[in-house]
Formats: sequence, structure tokens, C-alpha cells
Amino acid sequence: MAAETQLKVSDEVAVEITKMNKWFGTFHVLRDIDLTVYQGERIVIAGPSGSGKSTLIRCINALEEHQKGSITVDGTVLSNDIKNIDRIRSEVGMVFQHFNLFPHLTILENCTLAPIWVRKTPKREAEEVAMHFLTKVKIPEQADKYPGQLSGGQQQRVAIARSLCMKPRIMLFDEPTSALDPEMISEVLDTMIELAEEGMTMCCVTHEMGFARKVANRVIFMDEGQIVEQNEPEEFFNNPKSERTKMFLSQILGH
Amino acid sequence: MSHENVSFHRTHMLPEAPPPVTETGAIKWMRENLFSSVANGVLTVATAYVIISLVMAAAPWFLNGIWDSPSLTACREMLDGRTGACFAVLTERWNQLLFGFKYPDELYWRPTLAFVLLFVAIAPVLFFKFLPSKLMIMTGLYPFLAYWLIWGGTILVPVMALLGVLAGVLVYRRTLFASAGMAVIAGLVAALVFWWLAGLVTGAMSGVLALEPVASRDMGGFMINLMLGVVCVSLSLPFGILLALGRQSDMPIIKWICVVFIEFIRGVPLITLLFVANVVLAYFLPPGTNFDLILRVIIMITMFASAYIAEVIRGGLAALPRGQYEAADSLGLDYAQSMQFIILPQALKISIPGIVNVSVGLFKDTTLVSVISMFDIVGMIRGPILASSEWNGVYWELFGFAAVLFFITCYGISQYSQWLERQLQTDHH
Repeated sequence: MAAETQLKVSDEVAVEITKMNKWFGTFHVLRDIDLTVYQGERIVIAGPSGSGKSTLIRCINALEEHQKGSITVDGTVLSNDIKNIDRIRSEVGMVFQHFNLFPHLTILENCTLAPIWVRKTPKREAEEVAMHFLTKVKIPEQADKYPGQLSGGQQQRVAIARSLCMKPRIMLFDEPTSALDPEMISEVLDTMIELAEEGMTMCCVTHEMGFARKVANRVIFMDEGQIVEQNEPEEFFNNPKSERTKMFLSQILGH
Repeated sequence: MSHENVSFHRTHMLPEAPPPVTETGAIKWMRENLFSSVANGVLTVATAYVIISLVMAAAPWFLNGIWDSPSLTACREMLDGRTGACFAVLTERWNQLLFGFKYPDELYWRPTLAFVLLFVAIAPVLFFKFLPSKLMIMTGLYPFLAYWLIWGGTILVPVMALLGVLAGVLVYRRTLFASAGMAVIAGLVAALVFWWLAGLVTGAMSGVLALEPVASRDMGGFMINLMLGVVCVSLSLPFGILLALGRQSDMPIIKWICVVFIEFIRGVPLITLLFVANVVLAYFLPPGTNFDLILRVIIMITMFASAYIAEVIRGGLAALPRGQYEAADSLGLDYAQSMQFIILPQALKISIPGIVNVSVGLFKDTTLVSVISMFDIVGMIRGPILASSEWNGVYWELFGFAAVLFFITCYGISQYSQWLERQLQTDHH
């Protein structure tokens, strides 16, 4: 198991964050964040609620604007230029806690919309790609249904497929299983594990510590807007350094 | 192991017995809905009594109605003291009620044809799920064709107007790569320049394929209400969408222009705007400018309705979860794409009841033009028809007829919107 988590980490930098600060009004959410994600890395970000972990990954695709420091994604520095931001977003897939599928479009249309209009892929080709990824997340038979007709777990798998259809270089997961009924969590996690095994660069905010143990190269612990500790999973869980990490782990794993 | 011998395993189904009589059909329905308690039973009987007496009272008026008579006096003579309506005014003045009193008789076929074609033109829009989208070409051509049919004149005018629109769209598409804002301005300029040049051409060749021209002041009757209603509703929807988006814009100047426009228009009664269109506007235009009255009224009603529709759509936009905007953004869709494919389809769907409310209200408000001396159906009734010596005093029949026409149209719109809402429902199948 330990050997598996060390697989394929390249020297190529996917995301580079230096001295990044963010405020909501006067509230200082993120303080001096330094983080480098390498191509092919699987990072799990954990921490108590309100610690800024979701905000951090939402800064990576500019859903939130940062006020100080710099973020470089795939070689491009995030600036205020809208075209620049749209380009980065098309390279970075994102999966949300509440799926955010488009309820007025069928599953297939959800998956083909962005490839057709952003990537200018011909419709037929986009549909083939979409069916490929829907098969991969094991729901090709739902392609003509609407999101409202699917269960939560199925919707989240569609959301993953929708992101994959853009052939992203990096995937961000913002608490992908937190809104799911317990029996549906594993089907989504299985999909994510499969994705990780194929070498996708992933940043996951999640409370699923089993998932972190199994697939992460690195676990990052955040509290009060700062990165408190980061380590490979074995070390992180068995031998946490800071008091706050120990307390968090005892609360989350304690029962 | 076989089940055939097992005694309790039944081999055929017993026929279903009908439920007791009191539990089916009309009796059950009446028990549940009309006589579920003593109080409800009393209320039902009382209501039935009121309805029956109203019908009994009104029936002779309808049944004795005279459909053929030259004047109210003749009508009264025929009735000879009995209660009865004088529907003859409707048959006698039918064309005036529909087309006004100055539209040439021999040309009635033109607005009638335009009216029939209206259904052909709006069908692809109303039933977009069931009709091929190519039919929308007819919708696009219709305004120009209808203009030619109703106003007449050379066909070059609508053709040039259409070509001007196409020229604008072409320039817009060609310049879109630079920036969307510049492309809109370039497209508008191209269309205006084309129209100005075309104006010189059509002025010189006014006889080409010309229908006999009819001036705006010669139009009247229900035709005017329909024209104003259709044109203003179809124009105020796109303007309303733009205003609603503008009001949500991050760009402060655009935002404030939209806010000021919406709040100003909503704060002023429509009738005031119509007086402005009729009288005041003339002071601001260069002397000698002949700015068509119908066009002025269309502009005012459209402004009025689009401000209201903008607010309805703003409600729809606000009702969408933030996640929809974020999901569209996270896929790399730009602003125009996310609005067109993700945000507006959903926001408009939520706004359908409100939009229909405004549209129905607007359609009925077109009768206000009778106040600025236009002879729409109400203007015709109050003016030429009631003022005539033959029909002075026939109020119920005339206004009842106008009410029926408006009711049919508005009820149709409301039924369509409910059907559309069901069609667009995508969850809980």
C-alpha cells in the first residue's frame, strides 16, 4: 500500500501558490498560503470547517479572487484578464459538494455543452467522448435522463464525467461526498480512486480519511486560514506533529 | 417440485367486483366535493340557486337577441317590449370593430392575411420542442411581410429593412473576434448606414411592387390592439432580458443606466408615457418631422413593459442557486455562453408566470391608446359607433364583445404558459 501511494510524482509543477492571501471583506480567510502541486499528485486537504480549505481550492480556478500573492496554474499566472481566467478554467475540472449539474439539460447535454462551445469539438465527437466517460463512471444508460431523475451518487458521478469531458489537466474536488447519503459515498469514492490510479492530478477537500489513506500522496491540514502541517498519509495519520492536527484527528477518527 | 397440486395456490383470478355505487363516479364526486358536510351542502344549494337565477335572468337577453337590424330604434321595435340584446350592432359594424372606420374596405384581406400568417409565424416559437427550428425563418420574415401587408407601399421598404438587419448581423459576426461590445456597435452602425442608403433608393423607386399604401392614422379597431400587443410583447422580452442582465452587471455605468431606466419607467403611469408619445415628443423633434404615431406608441409601451419584464426576470435570476453560475464558470464558459445556455434558460423558465402576467396586462393596456385619440376597439366603440345616431345607447353588447375578444386572447395566453411550464419540467417524472 505504501509503495502505491508514492507512485508517479513528476517534477512538473501543476499548481504553484506563493504567499497567497485572501480576505472576505475584512475577514482574513487565507494567510500566506504556500503550496506546490506536482503533475500527477493526489492531494487531500483536511481541516475543521471554516479553516479555508474550500476557499483555497476555489482560488485555484478563480471562483474566488485572491488579493495578495500569486497563483500559477499549468504555467499561466492567474490575473484579472477574463480570457486568461476562462482558459485556466477550461484546463481545471471542478466537482462541487452539491453537484451543480444543469437541471434543464440531459445528462449527455451536461457533458457535451462545454466541449462543444469552449473546445469547439464537433457535436458527434463530443457525444462519443461523453459516452466514453459516462461508461467510465458506470452510468451510460442514464445519458438521456435529466439530473433530477438521478440519485445523489449518480449525479455526482455525472458531475465527475462532465469535468472529465473537458480533458482537464487538474481536477479539484470540493467535498464531493459531503451531500450524499451514506450508502452512495462509496460509489463516488470508487470513481475518484479509479481516476487517481490513472494518474490524474487531484486536489480534494474531503473528510473521507479512508480515501486520503488509500490514494493521497500528501495530506494537508489547514486551520484558521493557514497550512498547519503537510505530510504523506502514513506519517500524517500515525505521527501528527502539531497539537491542532492531533486534536482534529482524534475528533474525526475517535469513534 | 410442482405447485399445481397445492390447494391454496390459485390458478385463475376472480373477476374484480365493482366498488359500491356510493364510491364511484358522479355520486362519489358530489359527496366529496359538494355535500361533505351539512354546511357545505347548504352552501352548495345556495350557490346553485344564485347561478341558476343569474342564468335565467340573462338567458332571454341572449335568446331574444336581434342579429339583423339597421339601427337601435329598429331593433327595439322588433323586440316589442321584450328583454333582448341588440347584437345587430356587431354584425352591422363588424368591420369597423376589427379594422377601424378609415381602413379601405377592399383592402381588409391584407390585415386578415397578416393575422392568419401570425399563427404560422409564432407557431415555431411557441412549440419549439415539436417543430423543426428551420421554421423559425418564417418567424424572422414575418414582421417585414406583415408590415408590407398592413401598411402597403413598395415591397422595397421591408426588403431593405430586412437586408439592413442581415447586414448588421453579418458585420456583428465578422467583428465578434475583437470584442462583443465593439461588434454590437459595429453591427448597429452597419445597419443604420445601410438603411440610410436604402432610404434614398426606396424613395426614388416607390412604385416597385407596391400595394396601395394605408396611413397609420387610418388604422383602428381590434387590429390596433393586436398589432400593439404582439409587437410590444415580442420587443419587450429581449429588452427586458438585457435590462435585467444589465442591472446585475459588474460594470457600474451599465448597472446604473439600467437601474435608473427601470425605476423611472416603473414610477410613471403608462397613460403619462402615452401622452408624452402623442404630444410632448413632437416638441423635441425637429419641426416638420413626421414620426409615425403608432411607432411612437410602440416605443412607449415597449419601454414600459420591458421595465416590468426586467424586474420579473431579475427575480428569476436571483432564484437560481449560485452553484449554477459557478459550474458554468468552472467549465470555462464565457459570460455570453453561460448566460445563453445555463442561466437564462433556467431563469426564464422560473419567470414564465411573471412574464405572462406582464404580457397579459400589457395587451389589455393597449386599449389606453383610445385616450390619445387612436381608434382602437375601445376608441371605435366610444367614438364613431356610440356617437352615431343609429347605435347611440348600445353599451352592453359592444363592450361585452370587446371583453370577450380580450378574454379569449388572454385566456389563451395563460393556458399556453401553463402548458409550457409543464413541458419544461425536467424533474420527478
